[in-house]
Amino acid sequence: MSGTPDAWAALRAQPWRYLGSRWPWGALAYLLTTVPVGVVALVVLGLTLFVGAVTLVVVVGIVVLATVPVLAGLLGVVERARLRLVQHAAPSGMTLADRLRAGRRLAVSWPEVGYAFLVAVVLWPLDALLLVLAVSFPVVMLLAPWLATVGRMEVMGWQVDPGAEAWAACAVGLVLLVAAAYLVGLAAVAQAALARLLLDPRQAELARAVVDLRRSRVDLVDAFETERRRIERDLHDGVQQQLVALTMTLGHAELDVPEGPGLTLVRRAHRQAEQALDDLRGTVRGIHPRVLADHGLAAAVHEIADRSTVPVDVDIRLEERLQVPVEAAAYFVVSEALTNVARHARARRTEVHAWRQADRVVLTVIDDGVGGARLDGAGSGLRGLAIRLDALGGELTVSSPSGGPTEVRMECPCAG
Amino acid sequence: MPVRRLRIVLAEDAALLREGLVGILERAGHEVVAAVGDADALLAYVAKERPDAVVTDIRMPPTHTDEGLRAAARIRGEHPGIAIMVLSAYVAEAYVSELLDSAAGGGIGYLLKDRVGHVREFLDSLDRVAAGETVIDPQVVRQLLGRRRADGPLASLTEREREVLALMAEGRTNGSIAEVLVVSEGAVRKHVGNIFAKLRLDSSSDRRVSAVLAYLRG
Repeated sequence: MSGTPDAWAALRAQPWRYLGSRWPWGALAYLLTTVPVGVVALVVLGLTLFVGAVTLVVVVGIVVLATVPVLAGLLGVVERARLRLVQHAAPSGMTLADRLRAGRRLAVSWPEVGYAFLVAVVLWPLDALLLVLAVSFPVVMLLAPWLATVGRMEVMGWQVDPGAEAWAACAVGLVLLVAAAYLVGLAAVAQAALARLLLDPRQAELARAVVDLRRSRVDLVDAFETERRRIERDLHDGVQQQLVALTMTLGHAELDVPEGPGLTLVRRAHRQAEQALDDLRGTVRGIHPRVLADHGLAAAVHEIADRSTVPVDVDIRLEERLQVPVEAAAYFVVSEALTNVARHARARRTEVHAWRQADRVVLTVIDDGVGGARLDGAGSGLRGLAIRLDALGGELTVSSPSGGPTEVRMECPCAG
Repeated sequence: MPVRRLRIVLAEDAALLREGLVGILERAGHEVVAAVGDADALLAYVAKERPDAVVTDIRMPPTHTDEGLRAAARIRGEHPGIAIMVLSAYVAEAYVSELLDSAAGGGIGYLLKDRVGHVREFLDSLDRVAAGETVIDPQVVRQLLGRRRADGPLASLTEREREVLALMAEGRTNGSIAEVLVVSEGAVRKHVGNIFAKLRLDSSSDRRVSAVLAYLRG
């Protein structure tokens, strides 16, 4: 008994151990049982279609033909059960009892009907042919030492003499048997996949929903980033310019207003306006730094490093620009991590590294501080960034044992 | 009155600031031959008017990224004699690097926009740039000097030498540094010599600001 969940996984993961597992036998049984099921399906469906077509003139035919989806549904129940031969977890589907109870209210599943005809017309003859070939050749070869003594033995133009040659044929038979086991396994897996696709449309729907969901999450991050940039631009081109103009006017006024209390007031106003401008500049930088947009991650990280109170070594090895959301996330990870270092870590130095590893970008911020940082800590800005990275298919991890060192590590897929 | 009456082309996309700047420059006795709102117009007027100096914002239409900076680089390439003063809404070392990396030419300046509010200081900086000097915003220099490396050669500088280096990086002459620090020019010369020796910089370079900044940037 193998621990793998289905024949396909067993084939892929451990081709040798597959031979010893139950899966070759399951595959064989799956293909074998297809034949009687297919024959029955062919007879029943054929009869139904024939009777339906003949009686169509007296209207009864419509009712007869209407039973086709029901019959296909019944076959679907059998087929789902049969899937267990090659898969641990077969699709649940509706039970026979549920199906009969639902009766006419059940919507016609056209993939199911299609599958019924596929089994009845195409699959069972194919399987039968495959089985005959896959079983007969190895068996004949394996029996060669005996067959050759009984009578004249010839396989595809090879006249097998008794003795050593017969034993060689036997060995070939063994190889063919192994090949047959794989062939049967592959055929069964392929057929089961087809059955699953047609009989379990929910699976396909779910897969589609996951894709949609992932896309909408990335869209959301994008929208978020776009909005940040819009706010940054509004502040930068609007409020900030107004304030600069104000400081200019006040500076101008200082030259005109005579020495006295009036000038003192103008000077104070000037200082206040400058303070407001300084605060605003900090805010704008926190929203979306211009340098990041203009010069990329390395330049932007150098700017934060320069402002940091703890010495920071920056080593960023990214030749090309990253996609906008990834770049922004990386920037804010560094910014947040360095802010935390300055506030809590009591570190002597910090290192920022970033490099590309295959199709991923990896970024680490390491400090030699006291440790104890947590991703889920109260008011941790890293938590929000972790969520943001999650949406981009990336990951943020924090390793910070008590006593240090602390490592904040970001990994994120990036194309190109 | 300014040291020298300059013919200036001004580029700034915000009308409010443009008017303010024109007011300040004209009040100081300079002649603003053109005040434009984008880089293309700036380049056109520079080619037509051949001004003594250009004052330009970094961010301008159409993309609002670094048009001003790119225009400045082009002007330096095509008319190396024109002094250029670049104004920025925020200090960013990356822009300074780009500016200094552009071809050598006349004086060059990079100032934070609110520095303009300190009218006398701003006009003084403009005069120095027009005289061929390099003027970098003190805040940028502070940032660069703040990047202390425990084991770097910067650590070997004394507090006084660090002060001198900061003023040097802003583009000040020895005389001007002596004035600010209230010491003799000879003392400043001694400090400068020590700094160049400790940082292993070429003191004969007349572009000592670039040398210092290049070192600090590294």
